Amino acid sequence: MLRFTAARIAQSIITLIVLSMVVFFGAELTGDIALALATPDTTEAELEEIRRKFGLDRPAYERYGRYLFNLVQGDLGVSGTSRRQVSTMMAERIPPTLQLAGVGLFLAMVIGIPLGVLAAVKRNTIMDQLAKVFAIIGMSAPQFWVAIMLIMFFGAQLKWLPTYGRGGIDHYILPGIAISSFVMAGFMRLTRSSMLEVLDSEFVKFARIKGLQERLVIFKHALKNAIIPVLTFGGVSFAGLLNGAIVVEVVFAWPGLGRLMLDAIRERDTVVIMATILTSGFIYVFLSTVVDILYAYVDPRIRYQ
Amino acid sequence: MAAQTATTRSTLDNAWRGIAFLRGARIPWIPVVVLLVLGICALFAPWLAPYDPQEPDVLKGVQRIAPFETSENPLGVDLLGRDILSRLIHGARISAFISLISLGFGALVGTALGVASGYLGGKIDAILMRVCDGVMGFPTILLALIIVAIQGGAGIQNVVIAIMATVWARFARQVRGEVLSIKERDFVTLAVVAGVPPHVIMWRHIFPNVVNTVLVIISLLVGQTILLEASLSFLGVGVPPGEPAWGIMVSEGRNNLLDLWWLSLMPGLAITIVVMALNLFGDWLRDTLDPRLRRLR
Repeated sequence: MLRFTAARIAQSIITLIVLSMVVFFGAELTGDIALALATPDTTEAELEEIRRKFGLDRPAYERYGRYLFNLVQGDLGVSGTSRRQVSTMMAERIPPTLQLAGVGLFLAMVIGIPLGVLAAVKRNTIMDQLAKVFAIIGMSAPQFWVAIMLIMFFGAQLKWLPTYGRGGIDHYILPGIAISSFVMAGFMRLTRSSMLEVLDSEFVKFARIKGLQERLVIFKHALKNAIIPVLTFGGVSFAGLLNGAIVVEVVFAWPGLGRLMLDAIRERDTVVIMATILTSGFIYVFLSTVVDILYAYVDPRIRYQ
Repeated sequence: MAAQTATTRSTLDNAWRGIAFLRGARIPWIPVVVLLVLGICALFAPWLAPYDPQEPDVLKGVQRIAPFETSENPLGVDLLGRDILSRLIHGARISAFISLISLGFGALVGTALGVASGYLGGKIDAILMRVCDGVMGFPTILLALIIVAIQGGAGIQNVVIAIMATVWARFARQVRGEVLSIKERDFVTLAVVAGVPPHVIMWRHIFPNVVNTVLVIISLLVGQTILLEASLSFLGVGVPPGEPAWGIMVSEGRNNLLDLWWLSLMPGLAITIVVMALNLFGDWLRDTLDPRLRRLR
């Protein structure tokens, strides 16, 4: 177990280092950062001054080393456009994104798993068909469009729910649904197929033969076993949630990491772009590592794969 | 022997057998029709579209023609008076073009790496597979954004490269797995014994055996690729703003959700229907060509 944990953590650290290198040297190849900091009337001498001040005249690998050195100390540099400390900006932006993703995951599981169970139990009935259609739409409809349709219907037409920014609990409903749509469909599909497999197994048949109530057969015997592969999807779903967060934050003007990243890309604010990418990469890698280790702890078979 | 019987059979008989096979395969007709319409729109957009997708018409724009109001503009016009139907048809062309080009290149790179990695093995194989795992697990939009950011913003070429960066690993991983079992087969061993050089073995003996897999992966990924392209365009980092790409059209309609509801609704509906058709068709193709690949999704 210790071996598995150590190997998994080492792998994540390597992933993050590779990510930081791709981002750093990638940005290096394509543009002069000093130009992004310059105004139209900056002279060549002033550009040199900027380069010296930020150490841009040093070789790339040296600056990369310094960037990493500062990074581990929590210093992410200063934004090129707003001139604020990027680490403070990150501290403001991370909680909203995590909250949104959390709400999305919660909705996806609370709606997706019961729907999947229902579809499996009522196999080949109208319920199953409806659930299938629901899953197909969830996997096919682009999330930005789902978000906009929700705004159009529940916000603009019915005026039931707020459609932008952060606030009370009602602010979480529409973005939460939008971000969960894709992952919810995944949960549903997986629960259905996993449940069908278990319902077909010998111990479920035996439970039925011995005259157990159908409700107990399904929830006590079948679901308990069917849920394991579904929970592994929880880890995979972080990727889907993070994808959703980027898009949904933009639509709902949600003050999270995703929107900051896009604003930074649009404004060519290299320091912030790097910080947002590394931060979201870190969040993703961290969460999936934790989940992987937990699974290996719960299910020893995973350790030996 | 099979070839002999095939030559003695009449053409009509063959055609009849083909039809019988297709009936047995239970072709998903609705998705196929949707995809045919998409393909025709993509190929013949300039001839099919009733108007120039970029030609503004101030008068119509002021009239705010909604869908199904006139037969002249069946799906209405946008704020500038541009015909929505024509823009959707041209949008089909952009989506199909970008997803096929990027998937094609992704498949090329991924398959080549997968075949070489699986056949040659060794340290490079191990490293490459770790990289594939990293790329495959990573959130696709985030990965695409990284590539776009590195390249400095929107542009068709940048989207193609960004999408390629997200898809190649799926080909490499799957193909490599297949190659591992193919290279143990007798015909490969015989080729090695006969002194055929490795690159010829890979090209002549291994590659033809993974083509099916590659086709299935392509068909399973087209839908996701179209979604990714639309998302990037919607976010303003995909197809350059102003082009009639579906994602951009949804974005343009965002500020008029109350009165001009069709601006965002129509292109989004187009994306959803097309992606749905692609997903259903991809599932069918996978089950028909290669049921072993069921685990792919």
